[in-house]
Amino acid sequence: MKKLRLLVLLSLVALFATPALAADTIKIGFNIPMTGDIPKVGEMSKQSAEMLKADINSAGGLEVGDKKYMLEFIYEDNEAKAESAVTTALKLIEKDEVLAMIGPNSSKQAVPAGQVANDNETVMVTPWSTNPDTTKDRPWVFRAAFLDPFQGPVAVNFAVETFDAKTAAVLYDLSNDYSKGLAEIFKDEFEKKMGPNTILAFESHGTKDQDFSAQLTTIIATKPDFIFVPDNYNQVALIVPQARKLGYKGQFMGSDSWGSAELMTLCGDSCKGLYFSTHYAAAGATGATKEFIDRFNAKYGVVPDDVAALTWDATRVVLLAIQNAGNLTGKLKKDRKAVREGMAAITSFEGITGSMKFDEQGDPIKCAVVVKISDTGTFEFTKSVCP
Amino acid sequence: MLATIIQNLINALQWGSFYALIALGYTLVYGVLTLINFAHGDIFMVGAYIAFFVATFFLTTAELPGWAALALTIPLTMILTSMVGVALERVAYRPLRRKGANRLYVVITALMCGLILENANLALLGASRKAFPPMITEHVYNIGGVIFTDLKIAVIVTTILAFFVLHKIVTKTRVGMAMRAISYDKFAVPLMGIPMDNIIVITFVLGSGMAGLAGIMFAMSYPILEPYMGALIGWKAFIAAVVGGIGDIRGAFLGGFLLGAVEILVVAFFPSTFRDLIAFTVLLVILAFRPTGLFGVAKTTKI
Repeated sequence: MKKLRLLVLLSLVALFATPALAADTIKIGFNIPMTGDIPKVGEMSKQSAEMLKADINSAGGLEVGDKKYMLEFIYEDNEAKAESAVTTALKLIEKDEVLAMIGPNSSKQAVPAGQVANDNETVMVTPWSTNPDTTKDRPWVFRAAFLDPFQGPVAVNFAVETFDAKTAAVLYDLSNDYSKGLAEIFKDEFEKKMGPNTILAFESHGTKDQDFSAQLTTIIATKPDFIFVPDNYNQVALIVPQARKLGYKGQFMGSDSWGSAELMTLCGDSCKGLYFSTHYAAAGATGATKEFIDRFNAKYGVVPDDVAALTWDATRVVLLAIQNAGNLTGKLKKDRKAVREGMAAITSFEGITGSMKFDEQGDPIKCAVVVKISDTGTFEFTKSVCP
Repeated sequence: MLATIIQNLINALQWGSFYALIALGYTLVYGVLTLINFAHGDIFMVGAYIAFFVATFFLTTAELPGWAALALTIPLTMILTSMVGVALERVAYRPLRRKGANRLYVVITALMCGLILENANLALLGASRKAFPPMITEHVYNIGGVIFTDLKIAVIVTTILAFFVLHKIVTKTRVGMAMRAISYDKFAVPLMGIPMDNIIVITFVLGSGMAGLAGIMFAMSYPILEPYMGALIGWKAFIAAVVGGIGDIRGAFLGGFLLGAVEILVVAFFPSTFRDLIAFTVLLVILAFRPTGLFGVAKTTKI
């Protein structure tokens, strides 16, 4: 019985594999964190990409020029480390010979990997990275997310209006490009708006830290109106409860790195009622966004977080660029150049995280939303801010 | 200002408690076997995971109230973690000891065992973090601007109690006397009819039990578990044990609190980037003046 099942399985595989082998394939690499500090980010990216691949391959492949190509996605783990992201990028570009690369997701990895992609003249689109340095002066690097110089003021304005705040404190991860960059932008913007020295404490910590009591004691002693925490969700889940246990009763303001599907399983009740700025709000979505959320939910049993949605958009942008490139020659260097020109030819794109226009740096101009973590743990739409 | 200082001291005592408990395990094994058990930080990690599974079982499957679950989880976690430590001794260290292998190979084996524990956890449970279930509701107290929770005080008190119990065992019981005897002369001791293997097993039971206790209290204080959580804290606890004078349990205890205090106070008054820099500079200076650590005495009875 077992043997028979295996035989059936094998023949099925053969049946499906044969046309895939016969047709030409397009290889796209994914440089994502499947282990390390933020494994949920990699998992969500991969699930989203798999869904898109299944869609296109089951329809016979991607039509480029007058030919159909099957898609082949290669997922490589960058362990959420900057140095691994660089070697992973090199492996995808040189050994796997991908046509374009999606990821890395965090700026910590995307900034160094962007240099590799740019040097090797391969198109890279990062779904989630918001640090300006990722794409700055790198014609081959693009992104699907908004930028921190935009996100920072969104957080400042929202907090000032909603919390009626006059002062603030910041706690950030010093060894993370994203966290440090956004913390500095936030500080500049807040002090520009509310006057000098209104940031009462500007404290940092390391990526592997578990105890934040010393930093939080300093912060709480200054009595800020709220604390801005541009940290990854796993650290947020430690910082917020620790602050509560040190007697802090005020508000927190978060950034898009909070928005993982795993935040609430780790943080629990402590995080309810807090706000953070992000790319999209799953609760209350309409149109194509709702359709994506429903299908994702049906397939994997979870509501897709912003990384999943942004990976979907980033991958679709790349596929559109490949279609724009016209005919693929099979010569890698030439085709990659054509894809880069195809990317540059996209002026506006309707994504599920909102419509975006690309500027000359390869950055999209798009809206941000602020969500509130509801009592049931969902991320509720509160406000939308457009540039 | 005074409140801030006391607040930071309480924070430091809590953080130092974990270093102290883990350092005790290092120092016990070193005292008896002169073996640096580099897998000890990962035994602490295993302890935290065991606590996670035991607590989840009691809370969800057995549906016990929180306090009962806690009362059962603590001893059970300590026993199970001890078994992991003893198993490690049995499969990894004892065969090498039987063959009379050089100490270097045993230390390398210990390092590898640590990596095996980490990666086995990664392979079995995946990279996703585990959220430790809350067993008791913590209350926040505020006395004159100093804020602490009952859990924080419980961690500090438990650590101090655990130290005194351990100290009693080592100095006042026959088993403790045998442990000290082995550390003094491990060739003459078997001739006196002392079962060496049994005493070594007891040493591992005590050391790993402390790691298990640290694991459960750590998981309750910082309720997010990941496979690599024991690596860095284990290394630092080892350094604390060395600074205290490895082989002496008073040294491990004080060294742990010293390291915790230096780390917390540096962060409280300097940017956090300076934490490890200043902390280890202080420890280096201590070692420069007392190379055998605070309590260590060169080449005499240890433990």
